[in-house]
Amino acid sequence: MKNFSLGKYALPVYAVLAFTYLLIPIAYTFVFSFNDYRRSNIAWRGFTLDNWASVCEAQGVCEAFGTSVTIGVISTLIATVLGTMIAIALVRYRFKFRSAVSLLLFLPMATPELVLGAGLAAQFFNVGAEMGFGTIVIAHVMFCLSFVVVTVKARVASLDPALEEAGRDLYASPSQVFWKITFPLLLPGIMAAALLAFALSFDDFIITYFNSGPTETFPKYVYTAAAKGLPGEANVIGMSVFFLAIAIVVTVQVRSSLKAKRLAKIK
Amino acid sequence: MATEFVARGADLELKGIRKEFPGFTAIENLDLHIPAGEFFALLGPSGCGKTTTLRLVAGLEQPTQGKILIGGKDVTNTKAHERPVNTVFQSYALFPHMSVLENVAFGLKQRKVEDPMTKAQASLDLVELGHLALRRPAQLSGGQQQRVALARALVNRPSLLLLDEPLGALDLKLRRQMQIELKAIQMEVGLTFLHVTHDQEEAMDMADTVAVMNKGRIEQMGSPEKLYDRPKTVFVSKFLGQSNLFVGKVEEENASSISINVAGNKITVPKDRAEKHKGKIAVGVRPEKAFFHEEKPKLGAGHNLIGPGEIIDIRFTGVSNQYLIEIPNVGNVTVFAQNIGKSPVTELGAKVWVSWKVEHAFGLSDLPTNTGDETITQSITVQ
Repeated sequence: MKNFSLGKYALPVYAVLAFTYLLIPIAYTFVFSFNDYRRSNIAWRGFTLDNWASVCEAQGVCEAFGTSVTIGVISTLIATVLGTMIAIALVRYRFKFRSAVSLLLFLPMATPELVLGAGLAAQFFNVGAEMGFGTIVIAHVMFCLSFVVVTVKARVASLDPALEEAGRDLYASPSQVFWKITFPLLLPGIMAAALLAFALSFDDFIITYFNSGPTETFPKYVYTAAAKGLPGEANVIGMSVFFLAIAIVVTVQVRSSLKAKRLAKIK
Repeated sequence: MATEFVARGADLELKGIRKEFPGFTAIENLDLHIPAGEFFALLGPSGCGKTTTLRLVAGLEQPTQGKILIGGKDVTNTKAHERPVNTVFQSYALFPHMSVLENVAFGLKQRKVEDPMTKAQASLDLVELGHLALRRPAQLSGGQQQRVALARALVNRPSLLLLDEPLGALDLKLRRQMQIELKAIQMEVGLTFLHVTHDQEEAMDMADTVAVMNKGRIEQMGSPEKLYDRPKTVFVSKFLGQSNLFVGKVEEENASSISINVAGNKITVPKDRAEKHKGKIAVGVRPEKAFFHEEKPKLGAGHNLIGPGEIIDIRFTGVSNQYLIEIPNVGNVTVFAQNIGKSPVTELGAKVWVSWKVEHAFGLSDLPTNTGDETITQSITVQ
């Protein structure tokens, strides 16, 4: 009996503690986005809505944010398209060195970012590439690719090949089979991979720092600004991104539960 | 409804088909002709090459050698989507992201047939699922999914409908019901059906012609009645039903029959029911055509008699009792006695003789591989 009551309380207490641990930094960032800061946004000086009302007032913060979003979108697009194709090839076709390719694709995920960043920088320097927007995109595509392949691959593997065969059997050419059957069925996996790639690209600092030249991304801006005193506007942007992500997740959840309800009604 | 499907089926011809996969040969050398409008079953154990044959016809695999003709037209080098063939897949393969109606309309839309939705709805009505058109496949039961898969294939009025163990996933009762429906639909629409199955009862029950496949070859082909009555090989005699086999040397021969000697017992088989007339051969009889007697009976020349033996096992299966009788130096013999309320013997250990009419015996072209084995009678239990 004693054990039972211990379990009854221990689990909720543990859960609350774990969530507190996870959420305290976010709560801090949120609260300090309302701080009436002077030089540095570390000590609480009083409540204000100024940071939220005039986000772009702090010099360079919005430009850096815009650059990061653009790079994120472009890298995500390229990495998702390439990664999806690689994933399908790895699951559906038997070719020489297939398992070796699978293994090599894991390497960028396992390699420390510092190594990748420095290596890429040396490579770009040797071929005489000018560091900037282009080199960042190339670097981001490279490290996002593995994550896309791994995510989409799981989805392809769970797809019954008979579905595509049924499509061929029902008069669909190979490209029609892909767009009408394979792609829609892989879409949830591809979307998940794209979101992951964007998130990775958007807040990457280490690799970007090595390969960006003068181009300012949001994480770089935050890092530089933190040295002399981070403006409250950075908190505002950080929180906005956070809320946007939450909004996307909630929308997707609500939509799928509505869809399930609608389908249940047809019964 | 029959007018809905005016197109008749086409005949299918396979000429010298060989299919190799890396490391093994799935089909050695296959010649097959299925007349238009026939319900044809390819029956065999898993791995015998029957599904590969079906996939070759569908265009999902390419033969290593040989030709495939549908309605007299060579389709060997055409792709799956260019062939006038539709398949009902074992897993049904319904598209999960489309409604039932969209699934059925898929083929029609691909071929740009006019008014695909109305035709799809009519096809769903044919399989009595019209009211579920807007549901997703995942919301249907196994039997319903099976019928949607059938409607999705039938709606295209293919020259040839391929069925890849379409009833395998259903429970026994539903399977019986679907067998009857499938047969009824085939008669109604008059299409050529090529049905692949490992279920011998299903094949015998539904097909006009059954081809028994083993190790990439067709062992024997014919009507279910003929295959059952007169199997030509050990494999067929045991895959299609059960058989008691006796192996011995041919020692007597007259104008119409031959007799073999099995440990002193004379077993006679008509010449026209035996594949080989000389040397060591296997002679068989179906368990339901054999009888047993508590006393040695006086039987004419038209009967085979062996014994005495001992009943070592009795199984009650409802419609019949299955007796296993051990005969010294011969082996075990199975006898089915219909359960009509007056079974001669029901105790284990009883001493009995076994007899059957000579005209019910059949002689095989090959010998059982395990002749040294104590039991001559064995039945391959069908999965």
